[in-house]
Amino acid sequence: MSGFFKSSIGRKVAMALSAFFLMFFLLQHFAINILSVFSADTFNEVSHFMGTNPLIQYVLQPVLIFGVVFHFVMGFVLEIKNKKARQVAYVKNNGTANSSWMSRNMIWSGLAILAFIVLHFIDFWFPEINTKFIQGDWSGMHEGVEGYRYFHELQEKFVSPIRVGAYVLAFIFLALHLLHGFTSAFQSMGYTAMHKKTLQNIGKAYAIIIPLGFIFIAIYHHFNHIH
Amino acid sequence: MNLTLKIWRQKSASDKGKMVDYKVTDISEHMSFLEMMDVLNEQLIAEGHEPVAFDHDCREGICGMCSMYINGEAHGPDRGVTTCQLHMRMFKDGDTITIEPFRATAFPVIKDLVVDRTAFDRIQHAGGYVSVNTSGNTQDANAIPISKHAADEAMDAATCIGCGACVATCKNSSAMLFVGAKVSQYALLPQGQVEAADRVQNMVAQMDLEGFGNCTNTGACEIECPKGISLENIARMNRELMKASIK
Repeated sequence: MSGFFKSSIGRKVAMALSAFFLMFFLLQHFAINILSVFSADTFNEVSHFMGTNPLIQYVLQPVLIFGVVFHFVMGFVLEIKNKKARQVAYVKNNGTANSSWMSRNMIWSGLAILAFIVLHFIDFWFPEINTKFIQGDWSGMHEGVEGYRYFHELQEKFVSPIRVGAYVLAFIFLALHLLHGFTSAFQSMGYTAMHKKTLQNIGKAYAIIIPLGFIFIAIYHHFNHIH
Repeated sequence: MNLTLKIWRQKSASDKGKMVDYKVTDISEHMSFLEMMDVLNEQLIAEGHEPVAFDHDCREGICGMCSMYINGEAHGPDRGVTTCQLHMRMFKDGDTITIEPFRATAFPVIKDLVVDRTAFDRIQHAGGYVSVNTSGNTQDANAIPISKHAADEAMDAATCIGCGACVATCKNSSAMLFVGAKVSQYALLPQGQVEAADRVQNMVAQMDLEGFGNCTNTGACEIECPKGISLENIARMNRELMKASIK
């Protein structure tokens, strides 16, 4: 089986498996974040559970980090290998005649998402790790804030219109990435996804609804800042 | 019609090569693209210049020899045709046509528009066959029941002529449509299933060794394939390799 993952097809499968995991993660991330629009208390409760549950913190979180890093590193490795497979470029190449912009530019939409993840980590993940693992504060409380701190922190971040703009732009790139990536992952796993209308439609719905939902959450909190 | 041709000229495999402009006049719209190239070459020979080298053989879309990347597409702008089946009616008077060789590290240029596609032969040698005893005791293939669906799918895969348009078109120079078709045409039939696991493993290993890129499912290959080989063959190859690796 180790030989399988060294083959070109094995790498595709590994890329697809990490993509499935990341798409599932995105779905649950969205499900939790959308709660913040309906109820600050529910969002706080769920965030505290996610932030303090040992299974999530010590098992799923490292798996997620591995999944993210693996998907990016493998993406770069494949891109470099693919570039080597054609060292002399065409003088004239009409890519639009036979393929979508999204499918030809996964590396660029991927890089935009990577840049966003850096910003997102600086915004939320690093402060969270600092609070819990360095300062040792697992209470979920913050001085001057009533109840749990999570909803407050979320709203604080979306005060800046520049940050909201960056998030919106990143989610547009995420949508472009998913518009090809969703069906592509199934195809790599051996399912004839590119020819199955139902799966294509589910893919399109996922690729548009989830990023659009995240955009809505960012804009909603920008205009409904209660502090 | 009168045309300007921008053609890749390269004296040998080691030469750097460059694009050179040519003019051709009085080209009939009923000519095939290769006939237009013949007119150019006759003109070049009459002028004492070296004619443009290009691959061709049957000139009826069967042999898979003709190649050329025409105006940014393998076998030109028409669909479901090889370059020999491409007609000049696809172009307009006064057009400038860019003609390049198929580009891939695994398909090095030999001269002008001729590329070395023997990498495909080596992939075929690695497993693209069935080991049949041909001593005279061979069972009649029709004696083995095969579903119509499987027979049709196998036949569709077998229509691949190995021209390399999939590789030329793919932004990653991936050969997976070709290898997928060759794996599929046997994997679908009982005669091929006996050696299916070894075949897919050996052919994929050879494909990787030749330096072809990885498939990223853009689907460009199936659009540009003159024989309409479907992406389903790549999915089947992926399944076959997974199955073979688990065994």
